[in-house]
Amino acid sequence: MRIRTLWMWIGIASLIACALTVAAFMAIMLFDLGKQGIPVLSWEFLTGFPRQGMTAGGIWPAIFGTAVVTLLATLLTAPLGVACAVWLEEYASESILTQLTRAAVRNLAGVPSIVYGLFGLAIFVEGMHMGASILASACTLALLTLPSVIATTEEALRQVPRALREGALALGATRWETTYSVVLPTALPGILTGVILALSRAAGETAPILFTGVAFYTRYLPASPFDEFMALPYHLYILATQHHDPELVRPLAYGTAVALLLLVFLLNLVAFIIRAQYHPKKRL
Amino acid sequence: MTGRRYFWNRFFENSLAVSAFVSIATLVGIFLLLAVNSWKAFTYIGLGEFFSLNAWNPAAYDTPSYGIGALLLGTALTTLGATVIAAPLGVGMAFFLSEIAPMRLRNLLKPIVELMAAVPSVVMGFTGIVLVGPFLAKVFGLPNGLNALNGSILLAFMALPTVISISEDVVQAVPRAYKEASYALGANRWETLIRVTLPACYSGLLAAIMLGIGRAIGETMTVLMATGNATAMPSGLFSSVRTITATVAIEMGEVPTGTTHYYALFACALVLFLITLSINFAAERVAARLRKRGQ
Repeated sequence: MRIRTLWMWIGIASLIACALTVAAFMAIMLFDLGKQGIPVLSWEFLTGFPRQGMTAGGIWPAIFGTAVVTLLATLLTAPLGVACAVWLEEYASESILTQLTRAAVRNLAGVPSIVYGLFGLAIFVEGMHMGASILASACTLALLTLPSVIATTEEALRQVPRALREGALALGATRWETTYSVVLPTALPGILTGVILALSRAAGETAPILFTGVAFYTRYLPASPFDEFMALPYHLYILATQHHDPELVRPLAYGTAVALLLLVFLLNLVAFIIRAQYHPKKRL
Repeated sequence: MTGRRYFWNRFFENSLAVSAFVSIATLVGIFLLLAVNSWKAFTYIGLGEFFSLNAWNPAAYDTPSYGIGALLLGTALTTLGATVIAAPLGVGMAFFLSEIAPMRLRNLLKPIVELMAAVPSVVMGFTGIVLVGPFLAKVFGLPNGLNALNGSILLAFMALPTVISISEDVVQAVPRAYKEASYALGANRWETLIRVTLPACYSGLLAAIMLGIGRAIGETMTVLMATGNATAMPSGLFSSVRTITATVAIEMGEVPTGTTHYYALFACALVLFLITLSINFAAERVAARLRKRGQ
């Protein structure tokens, strides 16, 4: 009896150790980044251009580039993803086509981001002659985030009670009217959560924009969608590994990392709040 | 009036269907693009040489060589290391969350796990350079800590959120009656966990781990920054390795379009694409079997 109890506590302790390890890694990482990075963040750092061969100055063009390309990608992917999910959930009856679509979406979700980068390079940059540009990168990121937007929208549509649809149809609404004025507004918080999470993923991705438009350094902010741009994640990569004096620019790298993390966490927080607001019971 | 309403209904029915084709077209497009460009590569290189242990040295002045053996081994080594770390930690944490932790702690830890999933891969790579690397160098007395082990540790933590959240769902799905029956027979919590709950969700946990591996294999920036990128044959966890993803990321930007080297990089991507596709497919099969049994 004693031995059994002893084993139980050893087992439970090892599970606690697993949880502690995971939490500790996260805590140490965030603590180190925060300790070294937050003091770097100043108004001048956030709004200035890089100066003196990136050894001084700020990251404004990288913030601007990331914001523009991410928003553009979302503008492209959100309508497309929602339309696809609506078609799958509200319109199409089970058929080979829906099964194919679902299989494609599932498999696309597992395709490595660097492969999306190659696809973007061959199709958008070279094939469609967009050149290395904001537009080409945004299209690539849009394709990358499409599967997750479709999946979360489908999930949100499935949460809408059947009775709402039947009520609308019984009142004489067409299927489109039902979808547009009853189902979509009800599912909106869930869809929005998915879109914001896709936004956060697109903001942090580097591999897909590597060959499709991101630049080492630009003198001016991009003026048109066909210009190259700077981006936060790529800037961090450059500062951390490609700079001629990585130790010298380490504080700037820390600052960039923290700025990127804050941006991504902020988006996740917004998504979390929206979800908590509208599904207070479902989460618990 | 009615006519217009029906027109719009039909209009949207058809236009929405078009949007579904984008996903199919993208997947097929990616495959075709990789396949066609790889085909061009293989007319010059030959499958035998490509998959050989010859050096990867496409930029050599006189005789370029295109063996991806060392790169595949680099990918395998980092991914395997990541799996060995992430599988027990992830499953352990999932058990902790769903069976041991009090509600409050669980509600605190779950958002942290979600936040972990949101950390961009460059930030992970940066952590590898400034935190994990120096730590490994100090502990094992190495000149620098940029090696396969570093990549494994980082990839493990990138795969963990996937492993944890899917495993937790799987553990939660085990019927309550199983556990109650076990308790009624006098088993304690640990015995119930190991002898009843764990066997009941083996295949689900396997699927969770495989999806985690799928994520780790395709990861680019993290390994690019943290594993040192030597193209030599790796000799162990402490040697500097270069993965397939990192090779594509490093070389694609510099290679001229239309050269053998250019097409060879597409062939690398095709190999990667096929590996991740089959892992995801296998995971799906495992999960599907689970669903069928559950009903």
